[in-house]
Formats: sequence, C-alpha cells, structure tokens
Amino acid sequence: MHRRGVGAGAIAKKKLAEAKYKERGTVLAEDQIVQMSKQLETFKSHLEEFASKHKQEIRKNSQFRVQFQEMCATIGVDPLASGKGFWSEMLGVGDFYYELGVQIIEVCLALKHRNGGLITLDELHQRVLKGRGKYAQDVSQDDLVRAIKKLKVMGNGFGMIPVGGSYLVQSVPAELNMDHTVVLQLAEKKGYVTVSEIKDSLKWEKERASHVLDHLLKEGLAWLDSQAAGEPQYWLPALFSELTSRDITPEEANQMTP
Amino acid sequence: MDRFSWSNGLLEINETLVIQQRGVRLYDGDDKAKLDVGVVLLSTHRLIWRDIKNHECCISMPLSQIIFFEEQAAGIGKSAKIVIHLHPPLVNKEPGPYQHSKYSYIKLSFKEHGQIEFYRRLTEEMTQKRWENTPVSQPISTGTGSQGGRTRAVGIVGIERKIEEKRKETDKNISEAFEDLSKLMVKAKEMVEVSRSIANKIKDKQGDITEDETIRFKSYLLSMGIANPVTRETHGSGTHYHMQLAKQLGDMLQAPLEERGGMMALTEVYCLVNRARGMELLSPEDLVNACKMFESLKLPLRECRVSEKGSLTAEEFAKLLGLSVLLSKERLLLAEKMGHLCRDDSVEGLRFYPNLF
Repeated sequence: MHRRGVGAGAIAKKKLAEAKYKERGTVLAEDQIVQMSKQLETFKSHLEEFASKHKQEIRKNSQFRVQFQEMCATIGVDPLASGKGFWSEMLGVGDFYYELGVQIIEVCLALKHRNGGLITLDELHQRVLKGRGKYAQDVSQDDLVRAIKKLKVMGNGFGMIPVGGSYLVQSVPAELNMDHTVVLQLAEKKGYVTVSEIKDSLKWEKERASHVLDHLLKEGLAWLDSQAAGEPQYWLPALFSELTSRDITPEEANQMTP
Repeated sequence: MDRFSWSNGLLEINETLVIQQRGVRLYDGDDKAKLDVGVVLLSTHRLIWRDIKNHECCISMPLSQIIFFEEQAAGIGKSAKIVIHLHPPLVNKEPGPYQHSKYSYIKLSFKEHGQIEFYRRLTEEMTQKRWENTPVSQPISTGTGSQGGRTRAVGIVGIERKIEEKRKETDKNISEAFEDLSKLMVKAKEMVEVSRSIANKIKDKQGDITEDETIRFKSYLLSMGIANPVTRETHGSGTHYHMQLAKQLGDMLQAPLEERGGMMALTEVYCLVNRARGMELLSPEDLVNACKMFESLKLPLRECRVSEKGSLTAEEFAKLLGLSVLLSKERLLLAEKMGHLCRDDSVEGLRFYPNLF
C-alpha cells in the first residue's frame, strides 16, 4: 500500500477537499477517527467500571455468559475476536474461552486414534470437565460450542455436525457431506448401522449406502464388524464410546480393523 | 400458667393448625400474666401463644391438659374471654414462663375479638381429640429451661432467614449485573455505529487518510471486537499488535519446528503458545492474523493451508512455500523420517499425509 498524502500536489489536493467538506458541514473520516479515539477512552472506562462490579458474574455464571455473548452478537461485536480486545483484557472472557479451546484440542487429539476425529459433544464435555479438575470453574456446553466456533478459523477441520438433538464435534479435515451426516444421524441410536438399515430408512440404493460407508471407513470414523450375525455392522466409535468402559491404546487400535 | 412450656412455635409432623387469633392477652387465673399481648394459635395437638413483637417468646401446652372451658362475656372496658380449666401439670413438663401457679385455670382475653370462632374451634378439637390418633414426637429436651426453647427457635429461624437473604442478594446481584450489562451494550453499539460511519467514508474517499491513521483505526476495531468492514487486505487486520506477535512467534517456534521436521499444524501452535503464556492468551484469530504477516515481515515462517484432501505432494508444497521442488521434497522426507508424515505412493504420485498414529 503506497503512502497517501505525500508530495506537494497531494497536500494541496487534501487541503482543498478539507475545505470543501468543512463548507458543507460534514466531518472528514480522519477527524472522526480522532473523535473515535476519545469515545473509545470513555467506553473503556465504562467497561472498567462494569468489570469491577461484575467480573465475577461472567466467570461463575454460565447463563450470564450466554446473555453477554448474545447481546454482543446483536450489536455486531465479537468479544472473542482478539486477546487484545477490551472485552478480553478487562472482563477476562478471552482467557476463559481460549484456554477452553486448548483443552478441547487436546482432548480431541488424545482420542483421535480411536474415534477418527469425531466425538459427541456430551463426551467432549465430560472429558474437558474431568481434565479441568474439581476446583476449576464450571463449563457449559454452550461455552464449548462457542470455543469450537472460534477454533474453526485455524482450519484443521474443526466443525460441528447436528446429530440426535445434540452435536458431533469433528476435529479432522475429513470431507463429510450431507450423505455422511445423515448416516451418522441414523447410527446415533445404536452406535452402529448396516446397509439394510440405510436402505430401509433412507430409501437409498445399495451402491450409495456402500459408498458412504466405505468413505467413513477410510476416514477412520467407522469400524467394520464383519463377524456380526446377519450382515456386517459399521460401528462408529464416536457414538458408542460412552458404552465401552476401557480406553483403547494406539497400539491396540492399530491391530483392529479400521 | 404453669402448665405452659417454652416452645419454638413450629408445628410437628401430623400436627395441623386449626385457627389463630391475634390481640390476645393471657391471664394466670384472674391475674394478668407477665406477658404482653400476642397471638393465640390452636392446633390439633396444642394451644400455642406467641408474643406479637418478640417472636422468639413462644409457649405451648398440650390440649390434653384441658379439662373444660367456658366463655366469659365482655363488660365495660373488659374484653371477652375464654376461661380454660386445666389438669395439674405433668411431672416431666418442660420449663415454661411460670414455675408455679396458685391457679388451675387460665384466661384468654380477646382484645381484638375472635372469641366466638375460637371457642367453636376449641370445642371441635376437644371433642375430636385428634391428638390421640396421631401422636407427635416428644419435645426434645432443650437443656436449661427457657433458654433452650428460645435458642432452638433462633437457630432454625436464623438459618432459614440467612438462606432467604442470600437468595435475595444473589437475585439482586444478577439482575443488577444484567441491568448494567444492558447499559454497557447501548454504549458499545454507539461505538459500532461510529466505526461503520468511518468505514463508509473511507470507502467513499471522503478525505484521504494516511496509512498511520488506517492502522490506528484498525487497532480501534480490534479493541472493540468489531470486524474490519473496509478492505480484505492480505495483511489481515494488520495492526502493530499482530506485527509484534508475528515476530514473537518467529522466535518462539524455531526450536519446536525443527523438532517436528519443519511443520506444525496451526492448532498445535495455538496450544503450544497459549500453554507457554499461561494468561493473556491469544485468540485463534490473533494467531491466524499474525501468521499472515510472516511474508511481509520477511520471517522464515509460512502459514500454509493443507489442501482439502489433507495431504500434499512435493510440488504442491513447493508452490506453497515458494521453494524449489527439490528442497520441498527434502523437507517432506525429513518430516516423514521424524514420524510426522506418512507417504502414500500410488499411480497418481507420491502424497504425504500427516501421521495420525
């Protein structure tokens, strides 16, 4: 970007523009920027006052956090955009959510070998709470959802898939289109799904069902139980992980059929 | 009056309140009792009296003490009364306001009327004798007489009051917080509107602004958390803050990157940096915006978007980094050796995947 306003001709031009605008009574952008800096100082002191009285409320009360976030969204402000923002610096909202982001990433990373990078919001919530310890502040599912929305900007496939009234959290860049999503939703009740079930419920042809299931296998999101009575079952670790009591180590995972 | 015991005034389980009447003074026989005017309560099991002003002054007597009772009409300057004749006090009776009395009857003086209804109800209860069907627990020995009864009342009532006060205070705090929050949001909205007006002017070129002013404006937007509405520049939000951050990252990530064969996922960087900071953490957007400045600041780091397929060939990598294909292949092979990547050698070529195992 070249420096504007340099050179005699440019200066004269600028003075002319200033004169024109002052005549008409409108304020120039640069004057307004100076104004804004003053208004910002005023706002900052209001925020400081608010923080001195209610900072605790934000930390302790998840309902209050929801209200706060929604109000910000309504007026077009993102309190989590930057750690350097006033909201973050003075209210401490930033640290709360950014740290949560770190914890979410770590949980997803630790379980990726088993569930392929897909986990229910419930399980994620439980594991994050466990990791935080019993003396840490409480964290709600709404808090997790907001933190995840922020993580999306870093790529890496973070996203959320609506399933069975809640969400599956995706943490790998696996391509999941509507077909995959629908099959995941179908599998939600039992933790597994078969080709016949897909054909019956969704009225798809065998090829379409197989194609989707093969993709889920390839991405490591589904495991095949070919020994199942009847027909092969496609299990989704992300969904049945709450039922299994034992965590599988990466070595064991290698020996199974992903 | 010596048939009464100190009480906390709380009804037992199975005991029901039948009627209560305020403005009642007690008489020990024909003498005014050394108590003030209060409230008399009739339950299925007891006769209870409580001082109107001092709620902790509360006495009761089991209805089984009553032999019979009669009305005494009002006179000039005299309220209507109910005279109650009583059995002798029980041996294990709990202490009360009177150790001893020469009378075997008491009077209830109804200064605010209500005697007719009270009499009727008392008759009913004495006829039904409901206390015989549903016995209540014996009163717990409260220690030193009058003190004991009062302390118990204070204890329970006190705790209940504290809980109620705390609840009210919490409610008050929250509603005050919401009110203050709403006011704050009104002010924040004004800031948003000002910034939009400025952005429009910049677009319409109403007065040229310098690069310094542009940077300053961007930093104001950053402080408020307002998205930059002006341009989609390649330097992202491009404030001094991000430039500083980019330099810090350049220093901080040298060693970790070498350990990992030259490549790290952005989420990995995010965790590493924030864990190291402990507080005043970076937002994901801060990190992304800082990375965008690597090139212009001529730092030896580059942010690259791994393709949607989640894998790279040497050519794709070379293009991203602006390196020769030979160098980029070398990098990938090194990362593979370190275990960060694994290869997929097929007819379509050699692709490298992040090693998830």
